[in-house]
Amino acid sequence: MALDITEACVGCYACEPLCPNKAISAGNPVFTIDPDKCTECLGDYDKPQCAEICPIEAAIVDEIGDPLNPLGSLTGIPLHLIEEYATTGTVVRN
Amino acid sequence: MELPVISNSAPEASGGGCSSSGCGTAPDALGHLPDHIRSKVQDHPCYSEEAHHYFARMHVAVAPACNIQCNYCNRKYDCSNESRPGVVSEVMSPEQAVKKTLAVAAAIPQMTVLGIAGPGDPLANPARTFETFRRLSEEAPDIKLCVSTNGLSLPQSVDELAKHNIDHVTITINTVDPEIGAKIYPWIFWENKRIFGVEGAKILIEQQQKGLEMLTSRGILVKVNSVMIPGVNDEHLKEVSKIVKAKGAFLHNVMPLIAEAEHGTYYGIMGQREPTPLELEALQDSCSGDMSMMRHCRQCRADAVGLLGEDRGEEFTLDKIDEMEVDYATAMVERAKVHQAITSELEMKRALKAAPKFEAEAGDKPATRPIRIAIASKGGGVINEHFGHAHEFLVYEVDSVGHRFLGHRKCTAYCMGDESCGDGETVLGQIIKSLEGVEVLLASKIGFEPWADLEKAGIQPNGEHAMESIEEAIRAVYDELAAAGKLDQPAAAKAAA
Repeated sequence: MALDITEACVGCYACEPLCPNKAISAGNPVFTIDPDKCTECLGDYDKPQCAEICPIEAAIVDEIGDPLNPLGSLTGIPLHLIEEYATTGTVVRN
Repeated sequence: MELPVISNSAPEASGGGCSSSGCGTAPDALGHLPDHIRSKVQDHPCYSEEAHHYFARMHVAVAPACNIQCNYCNRKYDCSNESRPGVVSEVMSPEQAVKKTLAVAAAIPQMTVLGIAGPGDPLANPARTFETFRRLSEEAPDIKLCVSTNGLSLPQSVDELAKHNIDHVTITINTVDPEIGAKIYPWIFWENKRIFGVEGAKILIEQQQKGLEMLTSRGILVKVNSVMIPGVNDEHLKEVSKIVKAKGAFLHNVMPLIAEAEHGTYYGIMGQREPTPLELEALQDSCSGDMSMMRHCRQCRADAVGLLGEDRGEEFTLDKIDEMEVDYATAMVERAKVHQAITSELEMKRALKAAPKFEAEAGDKPATRPIRIAIASKGGGVINEHFGHAHEFLVYEVDSVGHRFLGHRKCTAYCMGDESCGDGETVLGQIIKSLEGVEVLLASKIGFEPWADLEKAGIQPNGEHAMESIEEAIRAVYDELAAAGKLDQPAAAKAAA
């Protein structure tokens, strides 16, 4: 079992020093998790540390690709506005 | 709560203006500080309104990680064409940051201050931040080091900060109330957990206040930044200002929220409005009764380089500094000469201001109302910018006996220097809107078309004071208007007429 980092990663370094297994490496453009080292923090912390501090929604996913921080879960922005921003680069206010 | 008020020299709300030649902007809001603090900050461009015309600063973006989320911040910070806090083009390693700092210091000897301000939180990146500070304090002892933080990790960092000879710290404190905090900070990362809402905000506020007290008790100067968010913390910031002053912060910088939908922040997307320039001025005036207020902040990028209001970052990108050879020992000699020249000039100006002046008794003059005058300036305290090239206007309030600096109004330059004046009409409309409350505009030159539109909007353009000192020009303009009897009636009556 291991977590993975998606293309959404902005490379902010927040996760890297927190990993108890030193499984995370800085990369360009995104950071990577060594699946052989990642334990999802089992035995070390209640929750995986990389996903706990990561500020970017959907950047950390589990083995089946489900995000630990789904869209909207960190910013509180409603999904339809996240989608509008992602497609148009802005949000039209009424 | 009973709070001591050290000074009553802060300017009164509009209508009061300055009571003597030594108030207002001269030598800005730092005038009443104790000598040992004033001597530390009066040459610092980010603290002294006077010094920022002469000394430059730079930020190095070595600290990308953050331990909290703010609703005015988008963590996708990779953007090169915006100017606002948290935005950078390239995140650097401490080694690259040191190299860049030395290169800038050699090329821009007026650069005296190096700050680490993000794009995340410097103290959430302790290894990178302190490695940069450690090396710079060894290799460039003539550069002042500064750091700004959200405060969450501050208490545990105070010893390390003191070790690196950092004597100025900025803490962003937007609230002291966890309920309000939950509307600004959706979550924090604390003791290996993400904590949402009021619970998270409460911990953040506790750590900020504890950190503030620890720093001031050790003699480290603290400036407090607050973001004014209409309807969220605007009224509350008056209370914040009192509390941080009571705990020893020496300067409070109330900045306007930046919230464009295009920035992708929570506030931007959700339509949270920004304060108007007049709302910001009114809040700064309310806070100033208890606290020294900073009014010349440019809310610069986390990798800004140069004088406040300018950004020369493009000249010092990583590939460019890689090719630069810097002999810092030689550069330091040159830098010392430049600093000495600036210091002498500033000291002379301060002495002139301190000299007694012969002024007519207040009773001899007819009562005239204060007005706001906007200035187009590239720096140096002089009116030396064309209207069409200005990216910002400095706004002063002037009355019969003095003046004070209120702040700057950012805008898109009316004329981009090529064919793009085609967009001029909408740009001009925005500039005029940003000049709300201003009655006179001084620039080194103003074109025919904007001239007419400014007049129509009730703003008198004036190009007669090109290359003159701002202070002398605004005095002359005010006195001329007053002598002509144009300032006898209240502004409201004039607007209604």
